[in-house]
Amino acid sequence: MMTMTGAELIVRLLEQQGIETIVGIPGGAILPLYDALSQSKRIRHVLARHEQGAGFMAQGMARVTGKPAVCFASSGPGATNLVTAIADARLDSIPLVAITGQVPLAMIGTDAFQEVDIYGMTIPITKHNFLVRSAAELLEVIPQAFRIAMSGRPGPVLVDVPKDVQNQLVTFERLPVPAVPDPLPPLDEPAIAAAARLIDEAERPVLYLGGGVIHADAAPLAVTLAEQTAMPTTMTLMALGAMPVDHPLSLGMLGMHGARYTNFVLQEADLLVCVGARFDDRAIGKASQFCPEAKVIHIDIDRAELGKIRRPDVAIHGDVKAVLQALLPRVRAQLRKRWLSHVAGLKSRFPLVLEGREDPRSHYGLVQAVAKALDDEAVVVTDVGQHQMWVAQAYPLRRPRQWLTSGGLGTMGFGLPAAIGAALAEPQRTVVCFTGDGSLKMNIQEMATLAEEGGNVKIVLMNNQSLGLVYQQQNLFYGKRVIASNYRRPTDFVKIAEGFGLEALDLDRSEHPEADLAAILRRPGPALIHCSIERERFVYPMVPPGAANTEMIEG
Amino acid sequence: MIEQVAEPLPASGFEKVVLELEVNNHPGVMSHVCGLFARRAFNVEGILCMPLPDGRRSRIWLTVFADQRLEQLVRQLERLVDVLEVRRHGADHEVFVQLERFFQ
Repeated sequence: MMTMTGAELIVRLLEQQGIETIVGIPGGAILPLYDALSQSKRIRHVLARHEQGAGFMAQGMARVTGKPAVCFASSGPGATNLVTAIADARLDSIPLVAITGQVPLAMIGTDAFQEVDIYGMTIPITKHNFLVRSAAELLEVIPQAFRIAMSGRPGPVLVDVPKDVQNQLVTFERLPVPAVPDPLPPLDEPAIAAAARLIDEAERPVLYLGGGVIHADAAPLAVTLAEQTAMPTTMTLMALGAMPVDHPLSLGMLGMHGARYTNFVLQEADLLVCVGARFDDRAIGKASQFCPEAKVIHIDIDRAELGKIRRPDVAIHGDVKAVLQALLPRVRAQLRKRWLSHVAGLKSRFPLVLEGREDPRSHYGLVQAVAKALDDEAVVVTDVGQHQMWVAQAYPLRRPRQWLTSGGLGTMGFGLPAAIGAALAEPQRTVVCFTGDGSLKMNIQEMATLAEEGGNVKIVLMNNQSLGLVYQQQNLFYGKRVIASNYRRPTDFVKIAEGFGLEALDLDRSEHPEADLAAILRRPGPALIHCSIERERFVYPMVPPGAANTEMIEG
Repeated sequence: MIEQVAEPLPASGFEKVVLELEVNNHPGVMSHVCGLFARRAFNVEGILCMPLPDGRRSRIWLTVFADQRLEQLVRQLERLVDVLEVRRHGADHEVFVQLERFFQ
C-alpha cells in the first residue's frame, strides 16, 4: 500500500505520464502542489510571468511535439488568466492539461478570497473539465485528463483541485497505468470505397488539408495521395507545412488571404477532398458560394464536423491517417494533364505577388530573408495580425509542426510564449517568432522568462506603430475612419528587450541588414530583431469578411 | 427540472422529437448539457433530469424540434465526455405528455 498527499499523487502521476516540463505560476491555493513538485527529480518547472504566458508556453510544447503539455495556475485570477490560452487550444485542437488550485472544498461557493468557478467558466472552452472532490479521485481523474486531451480530436482539459484535496492523504495499492489514447474508430470501408470512386471519376479534384492532417501525423500520406491521383492541394492556415509549399501540386493557403489562383482553382473544382479541415469561414468565405460545382468528400475524426457547414457527398468518420492509408491502394494513379495544366494557367495569370521581396526591411522581404538564413529544421511561430498573414504567404514552410500559429481564436500575444514553449520542448531547434508591435505588447513580460531560460528564440518584430489589420479594415471597409488603431507614441522595443536581458538588433539602423540578420539568427540564444515597416502596406489579396472567396480585392 | 433553454423556433413548423440521454451523475453534468444548447444556438423546448436508481448515472429527457440541425445537435451531445448514450423517440413519448398538466 502507498500513502501520500493528493499533491504528491498528482506529481507522481504526471511523472509517469512522461511530463518533463511544467510551466506555471504559484499562488496560495496551489502551494501544496508546488511543494510536492519541489521534490520531483524528473519534472522541471518553468516560471512564467503571466498565467496566459504559461498556457501558451504549454501550447508551444504541445504543438511542436504533438504530445499533451501541462500548465499550472493558482485559483481566482491565476485561473482566469489561463482562460484565453485554453480557449485558443480548444479552437486549434491542441492537447493541453491545465491544473488549477482552488479554495478548500468547504469554502467553495462562499466568495472566498481568490475564488472563481473556473470549472463552470471553462465548460465551453475545454474538451472536458473536472472539479476534484477527494484525493482518491485523482487516481482516475489525472489519467482521464490525459486520455481525453490526446484521444480523437485533441483538446484542452482543465483539472481544478481544491487546496484541501491537495493536502488530503490517500492510500492505494498501486498507481494507475499511464493514459494512452483511445483506440481509433473502425474503418468505414463502404465510405472509403465510395470516396475512391469519386476521386477516380473526378476531372477537376482538389485536396483540401486542415490541421487534422498535422495532428494525425498524416502529412506524408496526404502528399502521397495528392501525387498518386494528381490532385492539386490547398492547405488551411493550420495545415501549412503539411505539403512543402514548393511542391508542384501545392496551391498554398486558401481563403481570405490566399493567392487569387488558389481560390479560382477551388471555384472550378468538381470534387473537394477535405481532410481534417472544418470549412472555417476565414478559409471558405461565403459558405454557399464555396466550391459551388464540387462534390465533397469529408474525412474527420470528429463526427460533429461532418456536415456542420457543408453537407458532404461522402462522409468518413475516422482517423485521417488510417483512412488515407486505406484509401491509397484503392485510388487509381492518374496524371490529369488537362486539369493540372489549367491550374498552372490560373497560377501564372493570378499568382501570389510578394511585393518588395528583395528588400529585407520590407514585410515580405524580411520574411524571406529570415527563411534564407535558416533551414527547414527551424520552427516558425507567429503572433496574430498582418505579419501572421505575410509569413503564412511568404515563408517557405516544408515540414509538419514547423509552423505554430493561433488559427481559430486568433489570439494576439500567442507568439512569444508559444515560441518559448517550442524552444523548451525542442532545444536543438532555432525558433523564430514573427510578431507585430500590437501582439508583442500583449505578452511582452515573457521576455523575462525567455532571458531566464535562455531558449533559442529569435523574436522578429515588424513594427508599423499600429494594430495593422484593424487599421487595414478601417481603411478598406469603414470609410477610412481610423480610430483606436494607431499608437500615438513609439515604443523603444530594443531598449525593452535589452532591459529584460535579451540581445537586440535594430535593422532600422543596420548598414548590412541581411548580413546582420543572418548573423544574429545563427548565434544561439534569445534575441529581438526589430524592423520598422510601412503602415500603408496592407495584406493582399483580401476577401472582404462575408464575401465569397472569388471576390478578392487587390492593393 | 424543466425549463426553456433557448428561444423557440419562430416558425415552429417542424416536428418535435424526444431525446433520451444517459449521462454520468455528477454535479457538473447539467451545466455541460444545458450550456451546449445555448452555446451552439440549438432550440430546446424542455429538459427533464433525474438520477437513475444506481446513483452513478442520470437520465436526461429533452424535447427538441427536428429541424435540419438535429443531426448536428445529437453529434455535439455525443461529443460530451459525460454523455454515454443518446436515443431518439417520437414527440408522443409519454414522459413529457404526463408532465403537461404541470405547465397549464
